Amino acid sequence: MGIKLTERPQAQASGMETLEFKGTALSDEEFKGGKVVTVSGAPNAQYGWDAGVAIGRFLHELKEGRLIGTFCRSCNRIMVPPRMFCEWCFRNTDEWAPLKDTGVVNTFSLCYVTWDMKRLKEPEMPAVIEIDGASPGMGIMHLLGEVDPKKVQIGMKVRAVWKPADEREGAITDIKYFKPM
Amino acid sequence: MTEEVAIIGVGYTAASPVTPEVSYREMIYEAAVKAYQDAHVKPKDIKSFVCLSEDFHEGTSIFDEYVPDQLGAVLKPVHTVTGDGIHGLIEATMHIQTGLMDVVAVEAHSKASNILTPFHIMAFATDPVYNQPLKMHPYYIAGLEMNRFLLETGNTREHCAMVVQKNRQNALDNPVAAYGAQVAPDDVLQSRPLFAPLSKLDTSLHADGAVVMVLASAKRARELSDHPIWVKGIGWCSDSPSLENRDWAQAVYARLAGDAAYRMAGIRNPREEIDLAEIDDTFSYKELQHMEALRLCREGEAGLLLEEGTADLDGDLPINPSGGTLGTGFLYEASGLYRVLELVLQLRGEAGKRQLAHVNTGLAFSWRGIPTTSGAAIVVSNN
Repeated sequence: MGIKLTERPQAQASGMETLEFKGTALSDEEFKGGKVVTVSGAPNAQYGWDAGVAIGRFLHELKEGRLIGTFCRSCNRIMVPPRMFCEWCFRNTDEWAPLKDTGVVNTFSLCYVTWDMKRLKEPEMPAVIEIDGASPGMGIMHLLGEVDPKKVQIGMKVRAVWKPADEREGAITDIKYFKPM
Repeated sequence: MTEEVAIIGVGYTAASPVTPEVSYREMIYEAAVKAYQDAHVKPKDIKSFVCLSEDFHEGTSIFDEYVPDQLGAVLKPVHTVTGDGIHGLIEATMHIQTGLMDVVAVEAHSKASNILTPFHIMAFATDPVYNQPLKMHPYYIAGLEMNRFLLETGNTREHCAMVVQKNRQNALDNPVAAYGAQVAPDDVLQSRPLFAPLSKLDTSLHADGAVVMVLASAKRARELSDHPIWVKGIGWCSDSPSLENRDWAQAVYARLAGDAAYRMAGIRNPREEIDLAEIDDTFSYKELQHMEALRLCREGEAGLLLEEGTADLDGDLPINPSGGTLGTGFLYEASGLYRVLELVLQLRGEAGKRQLAHVNTGLAFSWRGIPTTSGAAIVVSNN
């Protein structure tokens, strides 16, 4: 289920221009060497977010090696991750819906740079997996593994690879990754 | 007011020290469902949504992206104000006055219990060059202000203790309030000094909760509601943030915000024309300071009103009949909406055991908390 956006404006082609900047360039070393006055600090910001009913059950099921969603009788959607209310119908969801741990790649990216900008030879492969048993477009965000990046395709069928039961802690990382079926 | 605007629906959860049973989404959803039912609207009737939040209080940056689902606001005009709940009501009022929207929802919440380092985050709001390196618990700012306020106005710690007694007592009759208690003034005076002259019982305690309100144009308000509460005046103001040069005795931001709201509401003598007030009391002295700034008494006489019982439930000008922030809890951005909630309930005659007789016009005033000098005022009336 998607929404057709109106046609997007074409990017304007722009000619290369030579720009001259005024001022004095400062190097990293000059900053680090104290030649530029800065004041540094970092926040101590820590949180313990209440999972509540929906996320709490989802995490509990992950620990058991299962995926679960919720069902809205009004729009007939089985939703994952689960929620206690349907954001479309603005009503309480009706039932829990146990789901398979298999699905289809909705979209993916091959990421050759880590979050802190280190180059990778073998890419990380985040993907949205539409979970079997949930409504179309209902997926969870995870990683792909045990697959040649060149062979990853949208529409590929995949299965969750779980951590061993004694290592699972009720977190999204209880699934190590999804691999092709 | 150029175009009349009314509050036509309120929904809320009871304030509570902890709420592990619900996520913030589930908590807000409860408040929204109740507010929409109260206003006789469906999400499709609501043209715009105004949310109040501050990323550091949520622990998620760009938190405004996380609000649509639980409000029925998916693919609707939504925006977030990093201010107090009353700032949000002001925003919604102006939305309606543009003529572009006839029904607007306002949401604010607190998951204070989820913030594990609240005072570090509060301290992070002070100046990183001049103040943060001193590494003080940020409540020192309240100690400084209380000291100067008491000296200049002649109000006393005993008066502050009476505020605590009154508000926590009022909270006992408010099912929404988290911290109702019988506290004697001497309990306050003898409680541990924290940031002297501020003691432990002079400070409000954090709470979780959510409030959603629905506002409408005059036309829609009359169609939808049997008991619209009319927004008569609004005002808001921020002083310079400087700790070095601010006015430590007077809440100038409150004076100017209040005056703006009174002017709009056509109120010339607040002491006579305001029937009840819900004003910020994050710290006991703040209620006295805000009473004076908001012209609910003459300067230096706030304590006298407490002594005379004028501010009590059966007094001439009840102040914080809900229990205020001392009694309800400090709810971050939602604090101001809990103040206005009490006005709405009182002016509708739905305040239960603490219902006041003959009340028509109320004032609510919120302060954005330490270390700010920001405040917002709203005058509402049932006619």
